[in-house]
Amino acid sequence: MTATPAVEAWESDFDVMDPGYLSDPFSIWDELRGSCPIAHSNRRGSNWLPTRYEDVTVIAHDIEHFSSVEVAVIPFKGEEPEEPVLAYGLPPISADPPLHTWTRRLLLPWFSHRKVASYEPMTRELCRRLIDGFGSEHGVDAAADYAQQIPVRVIARVLGVPADLADTFTGWVRDVLEFADDAERRQRGMGSLIDYLLPELERRRSEPGDDLLSELLASEVDGRPIEDSVVVGAAALVLIAGVDTTWSAIGSSLWHLATHPSDRARLVSDTEVWPLAVEELLRAYSPVTMARLVTEDVEFQGCPMRAGDRVLMNFPAANRDPEVFPEADRVVLDRAHNRHVAFGSGIHRCAGSNLARMELRVALEEWLAAIPDFRLADEAEVTWAGGQVRGPRCLPVVFS
Amino acid sequence: MRIRVDPEKCQGHARCYGLAPELFDIDDYGLSSVAGDGTVPPELEERARLAIANCPEYAIGETG
Repeated sequence: MTATPAVEAWESDFDVMDPGYLSDPFSIWDELRGSCPIAHSNRRGSNWLPTRYEDVTVIAHDIEHFSSVEVAVIPFKGEEPEEPVLAYGLPPISADPPLHTWTRRLLLPWFSHRKVASYEPMTRELCRRLIDGFGSEHGVDAAADYAQQIPVRVIARVLGVPADLADTFTGWVRDVLEFADDAERRQRGMGSLIDYLLPELERRRSEPGDDLLSELLASEVDGRPIEDSVVVGAAALVLIAGVDTTWSAIGSSLWHLATHPSDRARLVSDTEVWPLAVEELLRAYSPVTMARLVTEDVEFQGCPMRAGDRVLMNFPAANRDPEVFPEADRVVLDRAHNRHVAFGSGIHRCAGSNLARMELRVALEEWLAAIPDFRLADEAEVTWAGGQVRGPRCLPVVFS
Repeated sequence: MRIRVDPEKCQGHARCYGLAPELFDIDDYGLSSVAGDGTVPPELEERARLAIANCPEYAIGETG
């Protein structure tokens, strides 16, 4: 990975992979909102970075000018194959209507409240098993040993793929999302994922199960089966979007609780605050930024956006906008007015949001039930990933 | 108090259902609608207001 030059002017030369931005983007967003609420950068192509809630949500709803055909925050620098296996990318996230509409309808029932409730017991059991595995240790890496271990296994269950491949899946997903600046690594991660899914698809054609992959294969749209490239793209999306994101939200929430003893104590003693508290943690530590591609020259809030420019949908910054959220940089566990957009806004609202929310709640419930009191072992050892998905990757904590 | 969900605006965030499950139904595609005819019993009015104030799509409104 090549080191990028330090950022001197965030308004005109921002870098979402800047080490300072990874560890503390909040103060940078606060500054930008005051001086230049939609920043621009020519690093990695022409990119815009809105930081206000209103701008982010307006753009999210304007699908005519802001397309989802390129949602990666870091554009791919490698050579694209002439005939890509995934002709439609990862629908519905990387699609506009009409492809978006019908592929999304195929996925949504898999993440309905009813379905999500059926995954809750295995999620809880998994969390307990992980905590039991800490044994008599008085310190663990809450990111690597806990948060990272949970969503990938739940998603494996949804897809109907073996949970013992969890570490392999996690590696591929990190290659695609976290190490996206390294074109070779990114291509390898995506290639490995597709190479894994294709034979799995064949296997289910002859021996269908009750998993998402089998059902997608058996589904028909307008009386016709779905193309394999759409099935593989949608399955790859479920894995990619369901792993890094939720694990990051769990990790960030544990970081917050490790560093805020009064919030920790309140969650332990006040069960009624949980529904609001989970949303507040999602607001304050929203992990996900998605990109949009500008479809035609348009002036937006005085910014001359050109066709082909990209807009980084800074949902995390929108959720810290003090115009919408009083004391935006403070976590207020019982915040009653909280229209956060951690799961996006408009037609691309995260299809797995119910699942993610359940996993976050259960992971925190089980952690706090077993480990009500904990703190960072050493602040200097905490590392953060960012760009597309922000969350802690190394989070050593100690407890008694 | 009576409420309604605008089906054109609802995107399935399910925040209303999370805050007031007695007042909303959610279908398998995540879309929300009011339970019954949308009439809110007095003891649930505060929660109905909470649901209105937390919808990211401004899809829930008071109709009377």
